[in-house]
Amino acid sequence: MMQSNNYILLFTGIMTIVLGGLLSFTSTYLQPLQKKQIDLDTKKKILATVTSLSDFQTPDEILNLYDQRFVSKVINLQGEEIKVDEEGNPLVAEEINIQKNYKLAPEKRKYPIFIYQNEKSEPESYIFPMFGNGLWDWISVYVALSGDMNTILGVSFDHKAETPGLGARIASSEVQDRFKAKKIFDETGQLQSVRMLRGEKGLPLGPHEVDGMSGATLTGRGVTQMLKSYFSCYAAYILKKKRENKSVR
Amino acid sequence: MSETATLVAPPKVREALLSRRRRGIVKDPLNEDNPITVQVLGICSALAVTVKLEPTLVMGIAVIFVIVFSNLIISLVRNLVPTRVRIIVQLSVIATLVTLVSEVLKAYYYDMYKVLGAFVGLIITNCIVMGRLEAFALANRPYESILDGVGSGLGYAWVILLVAFFRELLGSGSVFGWKVFHAAGWESFPANGLMVDSIGAFLVLGFIIWVQRAQNGYVEN
Repeated sequence: MMQSNNYILLFTGIMTIVLGGLLSFTSTYLQPLQKKQIDLDTKKKILATVTSLSDFQTPDEILNLYDQRFVSKVINLQGEEIKVDEEGNPLVAEEINIQKNYKLAPEKRKYPIFIYQNEKSEPESYIFPMFGNGLWDWISVYVALSGDMNTILGVSFDHKAETPGLGARIASSEVQDRFKAKKIFDETGQLQSVRMLRGEKGLPLGPHEVDGMSGATLTGRGVTQMLKSYFSCYAAYILKKKRENKSVR
Repeated sequence: MSETATLVAPPKVREALLSRRRRGIVKDPLNEDNPITVQVLGICSALAVTVKLEPTLVMGIAVIFVIVFSNLIISLVRNLVPTRVRIIVQLSVIATLVTLVSEVLKAYYYDMYKVLGAFVGLIITNCIVMGRLEAFALANRPYESILDGVGSGLGYAWVILLVAFFRELLGSGSVFGWKVFHAAGWESFPANGLMVDSIGAFLVLGFIIWVQRAQNGYVEN
């Protein structure tokens, strides 16, 4: 009886229902928690570009700080704010999937921007998410520019599968600190972006250069590429703000 | 009549909860029959996740959980499973448990999920788990199967933890993220790329196997 086709069909059928039911139950039950974790992860990365997160221990504190100090908007390639998507649904910058947008042509992408404000609700820095390819898989970064739209205040990298100890170092504070105070424009006002060099020399470098990571030249090249292409995508907005902020001062 | 019959029948000897034989089930895979160093199974994950101790520990716990529960479940249904589809049944049970682990990690320990994500999924293909189901759980009672799962899981865990200890210490100069050499006053300890690469894992694993075989005289035949 146990070897009959009917028994096998019955057995596998019951097994599929039981195991499938268990999985879908878990997935539904855990989904809100997972959503919160992903949300927290995004906001943590945005916050990490402008403040030191070690002062904020609990997830709720981080989320609170974020809500108090950040405003966000979505822009297009021309630097104009867009409020609704093609179907007329309101856009939320925090929920925009940068990876999905990366696959679209630059003029079709939606670009989220996060603005960090001081206590008086004046914009203090502008944070731009970027996305690109490292050596093995995707890499992404949040770059914070100060009010002059030229100086980098901080960066916060993430990656999927860069080699631990080599390319994965882009996510360490040691490497991220190298980007601080670098400039994206030269004296003539040309957009230069920031290059990550080959090799790790620790020498004093120019305003558009960042010391590389030994053994991770290709990851470094990916970083350079990503910064260059996304800065040019954000250029319209950056230049507009640069003019505005200058006239205020 | 029936009463006398039961009286005559020899009293059933209950095996102690942790009898010699049962202790053997747990102890053998720890050393003499270790899944990694002796059976040479589950090597890919032993290489992939052992760069740092913390993910290795989580991976070890995840594998122990998956082996113990898949062993238990398969052992419970061992008399119902049709022989012709037993491999599929084993795989579905393992895959379900692994997905559970990965979902729980994602909900409660997101940072670790990002590090281990792909590797947790790959527990499904870890030969140790399926090997135990096929070799043990299908033919043994639930309690023994749990013991066997604990033994094999721990046997896997201690080896990868040892590999990770040396790789993190020599590769990144830290233990569980705590900078050892920094604390000892050697601030300029260079990161060792060889240990961070998978080659480092092969080397450390080779040394462990060497030491172990020198000690217990195991010879491959």
